[in-house]
Amino acid sequence: MTSTSVTRAAAAPAVRLAGATKRFGDALVLDRIDLDVAEGEFVCLLGASGCGKSTLLNLAAGLDRPTAGTVTAGAARPALMFQEHALFPWLTAGGNVELALELGGLDRKERRAEAERLLALVRLSGAHGKRIHEMSGGMRQRVALARALAQGSQLLLMDEPFAALDAITRDVLHEVLTDVWEKRRLSVIFVTHNVREAVRLGQRVVLLSSRPGRIAREWQVGIPYPRRIEDHDVAELSLEITGHLREEIRRHARH
Amino acid sequence: MPATDLKRADAASPGGGDDISSGLDALESPSAPAARRAAKKAVAPLAAIVFVLVVWQLAYALDVLSTLPSPASVAGELGDLWRDGTLLPALGHSLERCVFGFAASVLVGAPLGLLVYRYALVRTVIAPVLSAFQSLPAAALVPLAVIALGESESAVYAVVLLGAVPSISMGLASALDQIPPLLRRAGVTMGATGLRAVRKVLLPAALPGLVSALRQGWTFGWRALMTAELITATPLPGVGQVLNAGKESASFTLIVAAVIVILAIGVLVEALIFGPIERRVLRDRGLTGPK
Repeated sequence: MTSTSVTRAAAAPAVRLAGATKRFGDALVLDRIDLDVAEGEFVCLLGASGCGKSTLLNLAAGLDRPTAGTVTAGAARPALMFQEHALFPWLTAGGNVELALELGGLDRKERRAEAERLLALVRLSGAHGKRIHEMSGGMRQRVALARALAQGSQLLLMDEPFAALDAITRDVLHEVLTDVWEKRRLSVIFVTHNVREAVRLGQRVVLLSSRPGRIAREWQVGIPYPRRIEDHDVAELSLEITGHLREEIRRHARH
Repeated sequence: MPATDLKRADAASPGGGDDISSGLDALESPSAPAARRAAKKAVAPLAAIVFVLVVWQLAYALDVLSTLPSPASVAGELGDLWRDGTLLPALGHSLERCVFGFAASVLVGAPLGLLVYRYALVRTVIAPVLSAFQSLPAAALVPLAVIALGESESAVYAVVLLGAVPSISMGLASALDQIPPLLRRAGVTMGATGLRAVRKVLLPAALPGLVSALRQGWTFGWRALMTAELITATPLPGVGQVLNAGKESASFTLIVAAVIVILAIGVLVEALIFGPIERRVLRDRGLTGPK
């Protein structure tokens, strides 16, 4: 794992945060974050509440600027996914995807076919004409993923996108996501508070400490894909990481 | 070509998961509700009309109000108005004014609502004025418009606009205010900015509120128009003038006939235009509207 990360670092990263610091008023939310995400790399950001995960994602997305330090992103407009699907309820599933394609400048004639293709990619063939309110939470998040992909960005930023789903649905979405990531060679930053989810998905897991958010530790996850959340290796590493996460939280209790 | 490679790669998914996900999808999608309310929909307004007619006929038979005309005599009056060629031109004139007046109100009111939503300065300065006008009865506007513009079509249009525009713009502004921030953010992420954001995100998101605002604008405009036609003098024929003729000749029958025509137009516009549009808009969004 170490050797691959060295070769990866040599290429231009998909996102680079260098000494990125963010304050909101007096509150120091992120403290000198150094994080490179290589092209095609899947990084999971893990931390307890108040670690500034979402703030970090906003910086990477260019929706917010760091108070100090720099953030460089290769993609002009990274695709974003939130815990809520944020789909437009006045459009069908396909309409949502097509709107993203349209705003990205794709011809009217090509939109329909491309939308069908993206929906098939997230295993929603035939859902083009479905209304958002007719779909389950898992289907909505897959449409949201298809819409994010429709923006054509190679960088996908995800803010706890599966947190509101039940375990079985989440399992399926993990599969869809890693599948899409491998096929499209995306770079992904995936924010979660779920250790197992982080280990299940990421090539690298970054643990953030809380208040202020700092990078506490990193793990390269050497477990080969396809992984399953109940795999022994996943469970074992999760246990180790959970120990460190608890330690981080405990530190706050003492102060 | 990498594009074709991708296509092929996308088509083939690893087995197993597909079945689970499609099984979940099937379990979690509600089956489409059967459309069997059509008959019910037609019955409700008919029942209301019958109810009113029965109560009216009863009141006439019991002589509750000595001047009250019978439903039959009012129907006869309406027939006369139709035959002597008064009703149709009067209706035509009133509807023409209302349609053009409403269209002009939308053209003025909708952009104004957007400006109120978008610019704090406009909101501070214009919104209180619009709110004030919203509470002003049309009857108070007519003398103003008549003195400023004479007893003319323009005076009538001015009254209709002043009646409809405030409702439309304030209604649209509040509908825009209520758009969930997450949807706006999603739009920005996808690159919808400026006019494209308005067209592709803001207006569609505000559509349910916009329809309500348009309906209210229409209602206020229609009321203002009737008031204007009633109060301004002869050169402006219309339904309001029929009402006025009834008042001048002290014919209760004619007045009730005119009121019924005015009422019928209001009901028909609601039933044929705003009702169906609102139901459609709410149904598309999975919001339960009035059934």
